[in-house]
Amino acid sequence: MADKIDLLDIEVWDGNMAASQAMRQAQIDVVAAYPITPSTPVVQNYSTFLANNQIDGEFVMVESEHAAMSGCVGASAAGGRVATATSSQGFALMCEVLYQASGMRLPIVMHVVNRALAAPLNVNGDHSDMYLGRDSGWIQADAFNAQEAYDLGLMAFKISEDHKVRLPMMIHQDGFMTSHTAQGVKTLSDDVAYNFIGEFKPMNAMLDLDRPATHGVQTEEDYHYEFKARQHHDLMTFAKAKTQEVFDEFETLTGRKYSMIQEYDMEGADIAIVCMGTSVETARLVATDMRTKGIKAGVIGIRIIRPWPFEEIKEALKDVKAVAALDRSSPNGALGMLYNELAGCLLQNAKPSILSNYVYGLGGRDLTKDNIKQVFTELKANADTGKLTTPTQQWISLNGEALNFF
Amino acid sequence: MLEIRWYSRAGQGAVTGAKGLADVVSTTGKHVQAFAFYGSAKRGAAMSAFNRVSDEEILTHEKYMEPNYVLVIDPALTYSTDITENCNEDTVYIITSHLSKEELIKSQPTLEGKKVFVLDCMTIARETIGRAIPNTPMLGALMKVSEMYEMDFFLENMKRVLKKLPQKIIDGNMLAIQRAYDEVN
Repeated sequence: MADKIDLLDIEVWDGNMAASQAMRQAQIDVVAAYPITPSTPVVQNYSTFLANNQIDGEFVMVESEHAAMSGCVGASAAGGRVATATSSQGFALMCEVLYQASGMRLPIVMHVVNRALAAPLNVNGDHSDMYLGRDSGWIQADAFNAQEAYDLGLMAFKISEDHKVRLPMMIHQDGFMTSHTAQGVKTLSDDVAYNFIGEFKPMNAMLDLDRPATHGVQTEEDYHYEFKARQHHDLMTFAKAKTQEVFDEFETLTGRKYSMIQEYDMEGADIAIVCMGTSVETARLVATDMRTKGIKAGVIGIRIIRPWPFEEIKEALKDVKAVAALDRSSPNGALGMLYNELAGCLLQNAKPSILSNYVYGLGGRDLTKDNIKQVFTELKANADTGKLTTPTQQWISLNGEALNFF
Repeated sequence: MLEIRWYSRAGQGAVTGAKGLADVVSTTGKHVQAFAFYGSAKRGAAMSAFNRVSDEEILTHEKYMEPNYVLVIDPALTYSTDITENCNEDTVYIITSHLSKEELIKSQPTLEGKKVFVLDCMTIARETIGRAIPNTPMLGALMKVSEMYEMDFFLENMKRVLKKLPQKIIDGNMLAIQRAYDEVN
């Protein structure tokens, strides 16, 4: 039996430690992982816990991230609670197996510490890997700080492993800006945390020899389409409902409130920034500052990226005059992902907000309060004149000539 | 909000120093942030680390900082890096050097007219801890200059932060912090 750890009520942890502690408290059966910057400490801390007899489960060292996710798929199909962590190139190498995990309906939990994708090689935080995973069929949650990486790291098991859901779940956090930034994290004791998550109840476990099950089947045109439709249905209905249910239970337990989208200063807002990751918090500061100057500015942080909170965003933006989508990744050849997703939501509103797109922060480029203030200033001009006063897409803080193609 | 920027070389313990400080400050109920930038740099590469301390929840995640304190724990970085970047006239510099304050300012004229404190963290660390790890001496100097906490309180808490290290190393660090506190000027 693993030794417990007596945690302080508030521990000074970085996002990586917050993720590893949530994994430890979940009493995972199998972790198969291959370390990669900036998520390396998640795996490193976890193996330290193992060496110190603070974990009962197995830790499988593998030769690549493709093997790490394959190991997770095998262990999950066998009937265990399974989790791992990765970043960037490692995430890219896992991609093929990510679709296996979701299609096989395996409730694997993965911490993704977001980092740029090469080339050129860069270890710093942006959302390129997060965007790469958005069609993979996983539930994707985004933490804006270390506290949320811990909280979502606990809640993920409860959401993902629900027998109606049985879909894998990623918890994203910003490389370095969250993963290597130590802040106060309010903890749950080992017992309270584990009781909240609950014991793992396998379904269709391969190691349940009394009830044999087949995993990894083949379907052709006769059934593949219906299978995928059902998978989508379950993600959109069961996963979404369960996520809200777990958020509510967590709020009852801790007082910390989570929702599909997080709204800050949005009451009566004329202008709003929609973004993800640590930028949400920096933008909140600027919005509050704008409010003191009589400018009705607000911020929406996307907490659940998949399933996409279409109705929630529509509702939140219905009276907002001008909106900026801030993308920390540039899907080359198109507008930013958030811009396109938001455009779909806004189109159905009676008075669609004027929408503009900002790419920022690639490869870890700083997003300052001054940058955000500039965005709000441009949004205000859009709101006041009732039309777009800037190019549709701009690149924040890019050295050299300004880029805009839309 | 109190903001501190560290200049160090990877391996000299600025991250540990910044996180250790955050840990101690957190026990007093304040909100803290400690982070660093070193990219994929290897040991010996110049790097910076940062602390923020506030009575309110710290929401900013920008790297941009106008620091109240600049802590330089590698002597050469005073010359090879612009340690005064985005500083203001109230910024306090605590710099490790074998030079006296007058000699140091003469050798780096950008420090002229600034609030500069000097001590030799390298020698202190070598003589107390046995290795040139200048992070904890710098914290002792910061306690003296900033009057942030009583020394007894700080030493007790640093013992807790360092508790996983061998006793001999912990004792060395305690001596180093005290000596830096006494010697900084």
